[in-house]
Amino acid sequence: MARAVSNRTRALNTAVAGTLGFLMFFPILWIFILSFKTEEDAIRAPLEVLFGSGWTLDSFFTVQERSDYFKHFANSVIISLGSTFVGLLIAIPAAWAMAFVPARHTKNVLMWMLSTKMLPPVGVLVPIYLIFRDYGLLDTRIGLVIVLTLMNLPIIIWMLYTYFKEIPGEILEAARMDGASLREEILHVLTPMAIPGMASTVLLNIILAWNEAFWTLNLTAANAAPLTAFIASYSSPEGLFYAKLSAASIMAIAPILIMGWFSQRQLVRGLTFGAVK
Amino acid sequence: MGLKRILLTASSVALAAGTGAWAEEITIATVNNADMIVMQSLAPQWEEATGNSINWVVLEENVLRQRTTQDIATDGGSFDIIFIGAYEAPIWGANGWLVPLNDFADDPDYDLEDIFQLVRNGLSDKDGNLYAVPLYSETSFTFYRTDVFEAAGVEAPTEQITYTEFADIVAKVHDPDNGIFGTCQRGKAGWGENMAFIGPLANAFGARWFDMDWQPQLDSPEWNAAITYYVDLMTNYGPPGATGNGHNENRALFKDGKCATWVDATSAANDVKNPNTSTVADVTDFFQAPKQETSNGTGWFWSWALAIPASSQKVDVAKDFLKWGTSKEYFEMVGETEGWVAVPSGTRQSIHEDPRLLEAAPFAETIKNAIFSVDPANPTRDPVPYTGIQFVAIPEFQGIGNYVGQQISAALAGQQSVEQALANSQQFAVREMTRAGYIE
Repeated sequence: MARAVSNRTRALNTAVAGTLGFLMFFPILWIFILSFKTEEDAIRAPLEVLFGSGWTLDSFFTVQERSDYFKHFANSVIISLGSTFVGLLIAIPAAWAMAFVPARHTKNVLMWMLSTKMLPPVGVLVPIYLIFRDYGLLDTRIGLVIVLTLMNLPIIIWMLYTYFKEIPGEILEAARMDGASLREEILHVLTPMAIPGMASTVLLNIILAWNEAFWTLNLTAANAAPLTAFIASYSSPEGLFYAKLSAASIMAIAPILIMGWFSQRQLVRGLTFGAVK
Repeated sequence: MGLKRILLTASSVALAAGTGAWAEEITIATVNNADMIVMQSLAPQWEEATGNSINWVVLEENVLRQRTTQDIATDGGSFDIIFIGAYEAPIWGANGWLVPLNDFADDPDYDLEDIFQLVRNGLSDKDGNLYAVPLYSETSFTFYRTDVFEAAGVEAPTEQITYTEFADIVAKVHDPDNGIFGTCQRGKAGWGENMAFIGPLANAFGARWFDMDWQPQLDSPEWNAAITYYVDLMTNYGPPGATGNGHNENRALFKDGKCATWVDATSAANDVKNPNTSTVADVTDFFQAPKQETSNGTGWFWSWALAIPASSQKVDVAKDFLKWGTSKEYFEMVGETEGWVAVPSGTRQSIHEDPRLLEAAPFAETIKNAIFSVDPANPTRDPVPYTGIQFVAIPEFQGIGNYVGQQISAALAGQQSVEQALANSQQFAVREMTRAGYIE
């Protein structure tokens, strides 16, 4: 039976949630506002920024003129989608095996995979840099796809594993008894049932890969640099470029924000479906 | 007809192949500052003249330093030209990480001698090998508000004053009720941030980082006096939240009219004096950075310069670009296209004597004199085994400087006492210097 919630409590909860949400969103809102200001106006006191100065698109034009946004954007799309696709190719069979045909050390393997996420990336930067140098992978999109796939693979496998565990093994068994091959079992029985979970895994992985800044900054120079490098280029040691930095940030996060906005229902549904609930 | 076409095609292919053989693509790693933005906007002229092309990789300063160090140390070869400072050039050069540029002296058109001797020395190793050529150089001096001084009845110093006298002035011009703080100094932790101000301040109080045997001296009375002065000054007359303020934040505060005084980089003068970018352009003037026990090392020295990593495969093209980007003609081109007030300062004698510059930026003479007054070879009152004013030109300094900066920033925030900050700093410095083999 549902608990009765008084109007007062509901209003209080709404107010607290709204305030917290606004506080979390405020930095993005402020960046958005600054991106429509001139550099001189962007450094004024907050009230002057809001009410005492004009609005302009100059920063966006300047940023586009000075840096090739679309090249960075294309790199971000290729790297995030590429690493997600390759990650899924490896993770779906791995998660299937762990969920439905567990071996003696499956749990240990899962824990070991998770433990790799606890290693600070900088600890393996030099060896990976040397490997990339020797194989000609520095500043290439394929190099970043590989490294981001490996970086996010434990999370993908864990998420898929927990979603697959929710699916009754009897259904797969019935499919096998009906003569389905392993490929058919995964493609036509398991995958459709795990679509919500897989969708949220894909979305989360794309977001993680899109926002990844350590490897993308360290392993790229001019050719494969994604939007994280694009933003970093507007931070200055001497001189103020808040408006341009804000414009660059908005241009960089806009695609992923829009994607997140449209897919939020799917994302939340998927996240609450599996073990991350 | 057939033969004609074949010959035409063959000659076109030969021409294309020939052009392709000569045209190179170079990659330049740089920070995002006003002078480099101008260089990026003018670089197509060099590309057009030479047929070569440039890939610009623009990074945040700390990321650039880490990224280029990693690439050079591992012989990665990602960059053909890198933007580095006076701290890195001699150290990296001595490590064999940079291509020596001594042959620039043989090019009469380039006129290497025209670049200030002090700046060339700062970018050379102890044997005099030049490893980078400067885009701009700076020292520190005091920015002050003429209108605020006048309103407070304070006369601007004409000679170098002491920090004690400076504190008296700051107390008089401090007017927080009207939104003007007596002084804005760097508080953000980092060897290139708060320590850039604190290093020369400590020098002025007679302190030194190391004695002649490389023993750290951070627990000396001189350091204590300097840091106590700094914390008191900033606590009493600085803006709130000063521990978050670095060069950029203070520059914004000063340009917005919030600071009566600011001791910082001469390279910010163009921006502060530009009415299009500053609200205090007409009411700002400068005087020398203060002294105390000594005037040695009271104004820092820094130069942003271009260098070629030893791992570059396109050294000749990179050298050609370096000569173009730091030539007299380049600085004149900046003056003509961006205005003479935007010409990078502290690099070439001939540019600093150019009447067009002196007319557009009369303070250029003050900057030149300030730069000439520093001597990185004699940075302290007592003898030291190192060079460098706001830094010590050894690889270990970066780590030590950052740590000391954090400790002093914590003292400024009131999280610990000055004594505790310096005791921690001394302990850290002793450990690092022992580990590096300077002391036992």
